[in-house]
Amino acid sequence: MGNAVPLVEYLALGDSPHLVANQCTECGARYFDRRNACASCGGTSFEKAPVPTEGEVRAFTIVSMAAPGIPVPFVAAVIDCDGTTVRGNIINTDADPDHVHLGMKVKLATYPIGTDDNGVEAIGFGFEPV
Amino acid sequence: MADNVWILGIHMTKFGKYPDKDTVDLAAEAALGALKDGGVSMKQMGVLAAGNLMGASGGIGQQLQKQIGQTGIPVYNVANACATGATALRTAIMAIKAGECDYGLAVGVEKLAGVGLLGAGGRPKSDKQEWQPHGRYGAVATVDGRIGTETMPGVFAQVGMEYGHKYGGTSFELFARISEKNHAHSTLNPLAAYQKKFTVDEIMNDVMIAYPNTRPMCSANCDGAAAAVVVSDAKLKTLDPDQRRRAIKVSASVLTTDPWQEACQILPDVNTLTRNAAEQAYAQAGVAPEDLDLVELHDCFATAELVHYDNLMLCAPGEAVPFFESGATWRDGTSPVNVSGGLESKGHPIAATGIANIWEVCHHLRGEAGDRQIEGAAVGLAHVIGLGSACGVHILEKAA
Repeated sequence: MGNAVPLVEYLALGDSPHLVANQCTECGARYFDRRNACASCGGTSFEKAPVPTEGEVRAFTIVSMAAPGIPVPFVAAVIDCDGTTVRGNIINTDADPDHVHLGMKVKLATYPIGTDDNGVEAIGFGFEPV
Repeated sequence: MADNVWILGIHMTKFGKYPDKDTVDLAAEAALGALKDGGVSMKQMGVLAAGNLMGASGGIGQQLQKQIGQTGIPVYNVANACATGATALRTAIMAIKAGECDYGLAVGVEKLAGVGLLGAGGRPKSDKQEWQPHGRYGAVATVDGRIGTETMPGVFAQVGMEYGHKYGGTSFELFARISEKNHAHSTLNPLAAYQKKFTVDEIMNDVMIAYPNTRPMCSANCDGAAAAVVVSDAKLKTLDPDQRRRAIKVSASVLTTDPWQEACQILPDVNTLTRNAAEQAYAQAGVAPEDLDLVELHDCFATAELVHYDNLMLCAPGEAVPFFESGATWRDGTSPVNVSGGLESKGHPIAATGIANIWEVCHHLRGEAGDRQIEGAAVGLAHVIGLGSACGVHILEKAA
């Protein structure tokens, strides 16, 4: 794995890429960022929890206007992965309302973002139609 | 239970483009207008609460004092995203409720014309030549556009789509028809930044920003200010009959933030805190949703207006689509919503919005709304939400 880094720390690479949540050991609330404490119960103890890689589109938008340098259009979505909600783009399909719909079944997919001067490849993720 | 607090004077500038005026000019125009409307002066004010979100570190309150009256009173400069104006008003109301003073002035001002897309803050730095994790997600490159969107039109598009997923019945056209309503309403509001009627086709075929929100379905960035003078019940009783007649009772003043919910840090949950604020406000005021003669709610995007019908309990849970389709929220319907034209056409100078919507409601309750007067209006509600999130709800009633 020395030649690849994930776009974000909560993306686990390897043979079966998946997302990893910080789960509060007290109440089970899940987060993807670095935590100081749990926003739900105040607990300060967390454990890593793998997130299912298949889910359902709960909300989406097709962004046609974004900050300079961000390629458009793209589909931004909220995915319900068997009870854990995740943010991600819908990829590997056309970014139009004929190809993306609410309730659509999707699964995690990774793709290369680029290679740095050390030859290390950054890997991003999105969700593609099942 | 503390005595009532009343709005004695209130003013908003016309919203639009003011290349020759700065924020202090606009704030001063609104503040002096509110003082004049209330028949009082800066010397009588016991507290000033002021907001200017884009210049939040600049101390707009003191800058304003230096133009209209340095009387030495406490100033609270507030910033609470799009709820900044409501927060300023509520701060002045709290000071009066606390018994610290009899009069307070709240001001919100923003210069936003030509600012462009909001929320596109994570501007892509050129991707590093060596991947280095940064921030709370340990991201090695820009995530906006790669992991969802940070832009406001996109976030609120998803808010509306999520409602559609949960309850069904939404479509691109439905959201466009909400926008059609607000633009139609705006033609009666001379203070709106835009007073242009659009057909549904024109709305749907306009520039796409973030599906299903096209440009006319997004709040209009513009300049503007609004201000309100609030007064204690005891002091109001000593004032002239005409001041008392035009005073508007603040029957409820509520500010909430979003309580933790599953997924609320994935897509902002603008629903729970709005519903909580509405429930508290109805209880405080002893008013039911069906008692409202008009509602100004935070239609920052057409997709947002729909969910707030439900959150503010104007309809039964899950029934926002049939509620809108019944025509209820048009100005001649049973629950007129955004008769000002809403943020989509009146405009959304952020910190001014949470007082300007109060001005709109007061205007009707006083019977001074001219061509767009909702006849016999006696009770109204004003709602704002600032992403992050903060929600302000005020219920207002005309003097008995």
